[in-house]
Amino acid sequence: MLQAFAVGALVAAVCAVLSCFLVLRGWSLMGDAVSHAVLPGIVVAYAVGLPLPVGAFASGLLCATATGWIKRHTRVKEDTVMGVVFTGLFALGLVLYTKTPSELHLDHILFGNLLGIEPAQLRQTAVLSLIVLAVVIALRRTFMLATFDPSQARALGFSIRKLDTALLVLLALAIVAALQAVGIILVIAMLVTPGATAFLLVRSFDRMLVVATAIAVGSTLSGIYVSYFANASSAACIVLVQATVFVAALCFAPGKGLLRSVPPTTNFTEN
Amino acid sequence: MSPPVSNELPLTLAAQQVSVTYPNGHTALSDATFTLTGGTICALVGVNGSGKSTLFKALMGFVTPTAGRVTIADAPVREAQRKGWVAYVPQSEEVDWTFPVSVEDVVMMGRYGYMNFLRTPRPVDREAVTAAIQRVGLSDLRKRQIGELSGGQKKRVFVARALAQQGRIILLDEPFTGVDVKTEEAIVTLLRELRAEGRLILVSTHNLGSVPEFCDQVVLINRTVLACGPTAEVFTAENLSRAFGGALRHFDLSHSTVEAHDGRQVTVLTDDERPLVLGQGGHLEYRDRAAHQKLVDEREAAKTTARDV
Ligand SMILES: Nc1ncnc2c1ncn2[C@@H]1O[C@H](COP(=O)(O)OP(=O)(O)OP(=O)(O)O)[C@@H](O)[C@H]1O
Ligand SMILES: [Mg+2]
Repeated sequence: MLQAFAVGALVAAVCAVLSCFLVLRGWSLMGDAVSHAVLPGIVVAYAVGLPLPVGAFASGLLCATATGWIKRHTRVKEDTVMGVVFTGLFALGLVLYTKTPSELHLDHILFGNLLGIEPAQLRQTAVLSLIVLAVVIALRRTFMLATFDPSQARALGFSIRKLDTALLVLLALAIVAALQAVGIILVIAMLVTPGATAFLLVRSFDRMLVVATAIAVGSTLSGIYVSYFANASSAACIVLVQATVFVAALCFAPGKGLLRSVPPTTNFTEN
Repeated sequence: MSPPVSNELPLTLAAQQVSVTYPNGHTALSDATFTLTGGTICALVGVNGSGKSTLFKALMGFVTPTAGRVTIADAPVREAQRKGWVAYVPQSEEVDWTFPVSVEDVVMMGRYGYMNFLRTPRPVDREAVTAAIQRVGLSDLRKRQIGELSGGQKKRVFVARALAQQGRIILLDEPFTGVDVKTEEAIVTLLRELRAEGRLILVSTHNLGSVPEFCDQVVLINRTVLACGPTAEVFTAENLSRAFGGALRHFDLSHSTVEAHDGRQVTVLTDDERPLVLGQGGHLEYRDRAAHQKLVDEREAAKTTARDV
């Protein structure tokens, strides 16, 4: 139980930090796409005896790069391409799963198994999460610049291609880490809702990161707690709590000033 | 602000036979060639769709020229960009105005090139940001979220960012559209100061009348470079009618009701703050003879200093 709390909180923090970038960049669907696309990778990795996270990472990244490539070479819009690519990969994963005799539990992959997580997986998840968290936090200002104003980033000689790729790799790693905890269906909620909620509440980017993380960790801990006593899926409970917080923010944040941080120096005189 | 440029040799920006064809097959620019050297304000003038923004994007490397090349100090633009030398103020900031950043956050982005990989601002960065915000007159609004500004104030934020970057080359794509006269004058004053510091400024504008007042050089374009050089040489009736075709309104005094009894004085009213007036044979007339003379003298002095360095 304690372990579940610790891992849940860590995964929530990683996803929350990434969610800020995804939400601001309009990449919410990308999180969905990459997470669904890991399924065939997991099945293939299992079949050939590779570590599952390696397969998951590879096919998640394949989805992202394939989307990028197709978008550059056709006139079809990115979200459309993504919709085709990730559902295709997900379907492929489902077919491979039914054709591969295995001891994998599909529902554990889809919905996670936080309370029944094994120590080895636990360590894996923890290490992966910590690495991703450290890198994203270290590079947060660079990623923020590339998200807010790509042309300024390029004017300073940064490569948008490289930064985008780096963010995608981090996203894929985070999804792999979160798989164990919440599964590939609900990880998208972890990758969108905290950022979206924080966006409603703050006016500075660093604060957005902090608020998103706080919301995500809080929701995760209370979600696990509820699920334990209600005997319901922990992933579902976590997502439910997050959604509730989002609705609350939606109702109370704008204009009301309930949580909105208006610096006292702000006034309406202009020079 | 510290003048980090003055003691270094002025940079040269050169476009050699640059052509740009967009993926849809439209050739927006062909065979554009010109060279500019630091310590100048150069106007980029042309009708809508003549390729001004395209030229800026080609200079910045945002679009890859289908032919030709752009160099800064005889090296690829990218090298100059890595050193933070090139600042760019885009035309329509394709910016998400709901983004949770304040005025000072945005201006700070001009300094990222000078910081370590964590982008932790040093005192010198904070000073540069404060000074830049002050120079565009936004000190009172520095903590504002950028979406909470007026159109002209938004524009000034991006000018401030270019200032904070202290680029040796500053490209401004129509900084005067949608700003009031006071702001335009403030920006022009800033540009003059930057020129005095030895920076190279390329600014596109539709405000023909103000060009002779603050730009010493002009690049006239219409899908290629029609003319480039000192303002007085480029801004002739012939060149302007080539660039603008029928788009400019003429008022020919000799065929008008203006007669000898009017003397040398007529009143010109235009919707634009500063009308462009061409004299006989199509040479430039300046509104203020003394101020123009002063400008010419200054430029001469600057040239002499540059030669001495
Ligand atoms: N992304 C694009 N794809 C295709 N054609 C483009 C693209 N951007 C611009 N063009 C075309 O290239 C030509 C030059 O456009 P550009 O934006 O450089 O003009 P401009 O001189 O900056 O005009 P304005 O004064 O209106 O700002 C136009 O005919 C325009 O339609
Ligand atoms: Mg333009």
